[in-house]
Amino acid sequence: MTSSTLQLQDRLNRRAFLKHSGLALGSTALASQLAASPTHFAPKAKRIIYLFQSGAPSQMDLFDPKPQMEKHRGEDLPASIRLGQRLTGMTSGQKTFPVAPSMFKFAQHGQGGAWISELMPNISKIADELCFIRSMHTEAINHDPAITFCQTGSQLAGRPSIGSWLSYGLGSANRDLPAYVVLTSFGTGRREDQPLYVRLWSSGFLPTQHQGVKFRNVGDPVLYLSDPAGVDRGMRRGMLDELSALNQHDHQLFGDPEITARVAQYEMAFRMQASVPDLTDTSKEPQHVLDAYGPEVKTPGTYAANCLLARRLAERDVRFIQLFHMGWDHHGGLPNAIKGQCHDTDQPTAALIKDLKQRGLLDDTLIVWGGEFGRTIYSQGTLTETNYGRDHHPRCFTVFMAGAGVKKGTTYGETDDYCYNITRDPVHVHDLNATILHLLGINHERLTFPFQGRDYRLTDIHGSLVKGVIA
Amino acid sequence: MRSLLFLLITSPLTSRAAEKIVFNRDIRPLLSDKCFHCHGPDEKERKSGLRLDQRDSALKPAKSGAVAIVPGTPDQSELIARCFTSDEDDLMPPSKMGKPLTDREKALLKQWVAEGAEYQGHWAFIAPVKPTTPGPHSIDTFITARLAKEGLQPSPEADRATLIRRASLDLTGLPPTAAEVDAFEKDPSPNAYEKVVDRLLQSPHYGERMAMQWLDFARYADSHGFQTDSSRSMWPWRDWVIRSFNENKPFDQFTIEQIAGDLLPNATLDQKVATGFNRNHRINGEGGIIGEEWRIENIIDRVETTGFTWLALSLNCCRCHDHKFDPISQKEFYQLFSFFNNTSDRGTITGSSNRAGGNEDPVITVSDQATTLKLATMQKDIDAAKQQAAVARKDLVKLIAEWEPQALKNLVQAPNAWTPLQPTQVVSKLADKGAILSLQSDGSYLASGPNPANDTYLFDSPLPKDGVTAILLECLPDPSLPNQSLGRYSNGNFVLTDFDVFIQEPGGNPVKQTLARVAADYSQKGYEIEKILKRSSGKGWAIDGNSKKDPRRAMFVLQKPLQAPENTQILLRLRHEAIGGHNIGRFRLSSASAPPETLKLDGDMQLAAVKAILEIPTAKRSAKQKAELEKFFLANVDSAIKRANDLASAKQKALDDAKNKLPNVMVMEEMPQLRDAFILSRGEYDKPTIKVSMGLPAVLPPLPKGAPLNRLGLAKWLVSPSNPLTARVWVNRAWEKFFGYGLCKTTENLGSQAEYPVQPELLDWLAVEFMRSGWDMKALQKQLVMSQTYRQQSKVTPELVAKDPENRLLARGPRFRLAGELVRDQALALSGLLVPKIGGDSVRPYMPEGVWDETSKYGNLRGYKNDTGEGLYRRTMYTIWKRTAAPPTMLLFDSPSRELCTVKRSRTNTPLQALALLNEVTFVEAARALAQRIIQEGGSSPEARIAYGYRLVTARQPDADAKRILLAGLNQRLAEFKASPDSATKLINTGESKPDPSLNASELAAYTMTASVLLNLDRTITRD
Repeated sequence: MTSSTLQLQDRLNRRAFLKHSGLALGSTALASQLAASPTHFAPKAKRIIYLFQSGAPSQMDLFDPKPQMEKHRGEDLPASIRLGQRLTGMTSGQKTFPVAPSMFKFAQHGQGGAWISELMPNISKIADELCFIRSMHTEAINHDPAITFCQTGSQLAGRPSIGSWLSYGLGSANRDLPAYVVLTSFGTGRREDQPLYVRLWSSGFLPTQHQGVKFRNVGDPVLYLSDPAGVDRGMRRGMLDELSALNQHDHQLFGDPEITARVAQYEMAFRMQASVPDLTDTSKEPQHVLDAYGPEVKTPGTYAANCLLARRLAERDVRFIQLFHMGWDHHGGLPNAIKGQCHDTDQPTAALIKDLKQRGLLDDTLIVWGGEFGRTIYSQGTLTETNYGRDHHPRCFTVFMAGAGVKKGTTYGETDDYCYNITRDPVHVHDLNATILHLLGINHERLTFPFQGRDYRLTDIHGSLVKGVIA
Repeated sequence: MRSLLFLLITSPLTSRAAEKIVFNRDIRPLLSDKCFHCHGPDEKERKSGLRLDQRDSALKPAKSGAVAIVPGTPDQSELIARCFTSDEDDLMPPSKMGKPLTDREKALLKQWVAEGAEYQGHWAFIAPVKPTTPGPHSIDTFITARLAKEGLQPSPEADRATLIRRASLDLTGLPPTAAEVDAFEKDPSPNAYEKVVDRLLQSPHYGERMAMQWLDFARYADSHGFQTDSSRSMWPWRDWVIRSFNENKPFDQFTIEQIAGDLLPNATLDQKVATGFNRNHRINGEGGIIGEEWRIENIIDRVETTGFTWLALSLNCCRCHDHKFDPISQKEFYQLFSFFNNTSDRGTITGSSNRAGGNEDPVITVSDQATTLKLATMQKDIDAAKQQAAVARKDLVKLIAEWEPQALKNLVQAPNAWTPLQPTQVVSKLADKGAILSLQSDGSYLASGPNPANDTYLFDSPLPKDGVTAILLECLPDPSLPNQSLGRYSNGNFVLTDFDVFIQEPGGNPVKQTLARVAADYSQKGYEIEKILKRSSGKGWAIDGNSKKDPRRAMFVLQKPLQAPENTQILLRLRHEAIGGHNIGRFRLSSASAPPETLKLDGDMQLAAVKAILEIPTAKRSAKQKAELEKFFLANVDSAIKRANDLASAKQKALDDAKNKLPNVMVMEEMPQLRDAFILSRGEYDKPTIKVSMGLPAVLPPLPKGAPLNRLGLAKWLVSPSNPLTARVWVNRAWEKFFGYGLCKTTENLGSQAEYPVQPELLDWLAVEFMRSGWDMKALQKQLVMSQTYRQQSKVTPELVAKDPENRLLARGPRFRLAGELVRDQALALSGLLVPKIGGDSVRPYMPEGVWDETSKYGNLRGYKNDTGEGLYRRTMYTIWKRTAAPPTMLLFDSPSRELCTVKRSRTNTPLQALALLNEVTFVEAARALAQRIIQEGGSSPEARIAYGYRLVTARQPDADAKRILLAGLNQRLAEFKASPDSATKLINTGESKPDPSLNASELAAYTMTASVLLNLDRTITRD
């Protein structure tokens, strides 16, 4: 049975029998009209790999150079720039806000001439695949609400994550794996950095089957995947056949279609017991591929290993693949810490994009790289020749995109000399999310779910398409 | 996409085209969903001045002269014209809204206008009344009358086994025992079923079952949520909830105590504990947060939670603007806000509670009777010891006189100060992977370079020739350190876990020295310096380096003064092994050789003063000098008085410790002065506009007579008989629990967007009866489960599926999957592993490795270790709940994360649930324990055992087909395990409890798989 007929059958079942509580009408929202395509219009991307950099990478040390700041080194941030905007409690008590120019060298790369810091030598080499948005901005000033906002369109808990919306809207494109997979890694730049929360991949008020499945870095990659000790595959198969026979028998007695749905779920579980180990077993990857992702690729739970897994998930048509790499929150000792983070991410990110491209997958895979907000030009704590820290800065930050439907080799938006305010083409988090949905064939205003008397959507009542980044 | 309401309107339940229109049933949901957004209560959003939620406005001519509704004349009504037009520009609703009207909806609107366009107030905002149809009324008369209208018959009563399983799971969350099923099947008395129901309602597990849902409403958890997500202790409140349900506390009282128990006259401890309901919300402690922002968030959470829980209204919409659908304004939202705005809690969690766990003020200490008694006895003991100390003190003058000559000699000889040690080597034990320690001009050492998780500083120095009685550690702030503070962790803190002292004589081995006592001029709560003496505490000395940056001193007094031959080395080892990266940043070490009793952290200041007094002849000393001398003597010199004092202090400390160990719970506490409340523009804390005071939404009745205008008044208003919502909300949810769906399906929302109830008269009747009974919760449960409607069998026919797919009319019994908690509780109960203890602190059952640690290195809820023994087998509602990494199996089974109020769970069916039931340790262990029961209790033949097991798990007898399938499976696996006894041994040793060694391993393993089949059956995890 192909995946599309599976989905179709699923829809028919749902329509015939609206079980699953009042909330779960139709597992694929857009498909409830049984239209030939489950999307609003032809999608550019079939899937997305979202490389979330948790903790907030410093834009002016990576992708938004401000060489003119060297002249102002140590000077207090002018009031004309700060404009009375709020600061976190970590620096609001500082007597001065000394401008801290980036220690790192920048150069232009590729035909598009993108400015990239020396910290990202491998990303630099694929500059022409990328579209930088330097004019991102957000509303929250602390990590928890800010990352929740990126993921769910709300600073507070309770809304579905972007991956859950896509699972709900588009359904799964494969029959053996979840539609939404999450991979996490700790950074080496700051080992004890901002945590992550299950809410970031939660389905919120959407039915639970749309929650992200977080692959684990220890033990079973998927919870409870392994059979108990002493039970082999043959025995499990026999046991499931027996269970299925009994359930089918009960179905004849009770007539409840939910019973046959359960039988199907057990079959999917059995298939996952084979498909997940097959997915995570990278032992047959050729050496040159492993080398491309760097030495950490062999250590489970590293960003590099997760990038390779992301490619393998993409090959298997998982709809939404999300990496979270922690460790970017550099309030102090930034120069050292950011080196660690870039060491973790630069090579594997570039390798992933090249690997996808080489396999023809970049044409229908959207890549997004970014964090929850930016960082301040002024130093948190003492500024020295070789050391500075940067506080949270929601007014501007940089993300980059690549792959399906993205205007390659471009830089969009501008910030002022102090990398403090946006001077051109601001892009709100809602705008980015609207654009991501658009590239997947979804009108963000029309992917809605009725809850507590209201039709909710990822972008709340906001969001406009950023046409400038779409090819 | 097709909306929920569209489906409902076209469903067979409401399609009675020939009937006269009922506004609330046929028109309001349609107008509300498709028109009110632009033509409803929200003035700011209103287009063309047209308002359709009020008849008067809808009948007025617009500026253009057109009239939206002309009653009786659809042809002249602009509303109808706009709905039917083919002109895209004029069409309503505009196509960009994505909510087109269907032909059927258009026809309904037309019919409604033709029939006179009658409006009704929203049904849920009008107080429920007794039905007008002649009685007597019962659930069954309503249900059968409606079924008859549809040409349907009720189903026959379910068999007794099914019935007792259904009622047991619904009322206690636990399956019936085999004996209970047998007894019920054999009971010939006419009220056999009623006896079962009464027994279940009296079971102490009834309270647990009822509380489970309430924990979702109350967003109960054992952690604070947000970034650090450290632990809190709110379980005494959870115990209160269980107890209240078991005592059948009337729902009005249950409500009043939770919302405002603290404001009741002479509030009891229990009534104060009840107010923990509104402290169960998350509390943020992230570094750099702005306190007021989060205080406001918490209060908004309380308003929203109250709205969802008691009123089923989405008040949250009005945080930023007037409600789009319900007649509730933003101002009214902030009037409700101001009821909750006067409590003394700060809104954020800081200090050690944020990192190490703990409750945030205001809290109240909870103690049971036995503990209270024990504490009283300890207090008496202390009083007696103090009495003895007072007696001993009579000899004070004499003892001082005896001590003086020797003291003068000692103190004269004592050196004056702490002297910095002159080390030969100061390095990290980790060499180049550890800190670089460089000497500063003031004799201190500053750490730089790598900051490993657990550094140890080695400090080697020649032993000073006067010897050493104690070491002083000074920790100093430095601009190069994180946060310009004292420690190397990113927030500037450190945790010193060990301070080891060795001496090494020339040619000898290092010999560890024992510390007699320690003291510090400052310790962080929970990280006192004394922790260093208790290696097992897993903690150490910390100094709140994230917020306080002053120099700190700690003194380590040796048990034995050190005197040793020349060239002896003193080796100091500073270890940091509590929390990663918390290493000291800059420090100086000094030693002293003075008698230990004279040593002070601040050097010899006091000592010098005492010496000066001693040198004055006794008679010439002033009163103040005498007092100082006495104070010094009492504090430092061994004597009968000091020993008596020490004894009393030790007893006092034991009492204080016991009191500190008592659980406390966060509660509501009103400040004497009201805090101003404002409408917040866009709901943002820093954009206050107009000042508001406490008040209620105008669409609902006013405060009941005599109720005060405060939280207590609000609570009384919620449960006043005139409030149209609360009773309906509660009976509707009770209905949902027993029948799968509410009478109004949108149990979370009874506002304008709510479904029109499938049986409005029944809903009203139940609500009126509930209030008339004095809000008697057990009576309500009994009424529902005693109904014939509840007792029907749940067999589905294709005709019924076609006619009523969701079983809203209840021509058959309800059949749905058990909640996640119950799936696990049932497996534990059936296997005999369940520890049915009620209440108490949360427990830690099995959890896969890394669930807490893969995403966080913050807070104290890390490094999960499951309990051993009974904690593994308690009911699931007692499992420790960390909000940012909630119990994973529960999340798979549709549980919310408890980060905010959730009044409805989805009910899904997924492969991940299948994996959990097949493979999670609890379920495998339960299968093994169940298999053991089957073998030991089920007779000797496989057939008998299979029948016994089936009966145990499902309460019913297997038919011939089921027996055949199960037997074939058993035989197959018996053969497999006999061929592979190692596999059998592995399987049956899953989990902590041990298999009965007298059983054959292969046989037990084969039955374990059969038990697993039984526990995974659809009918087992379904209550049918």
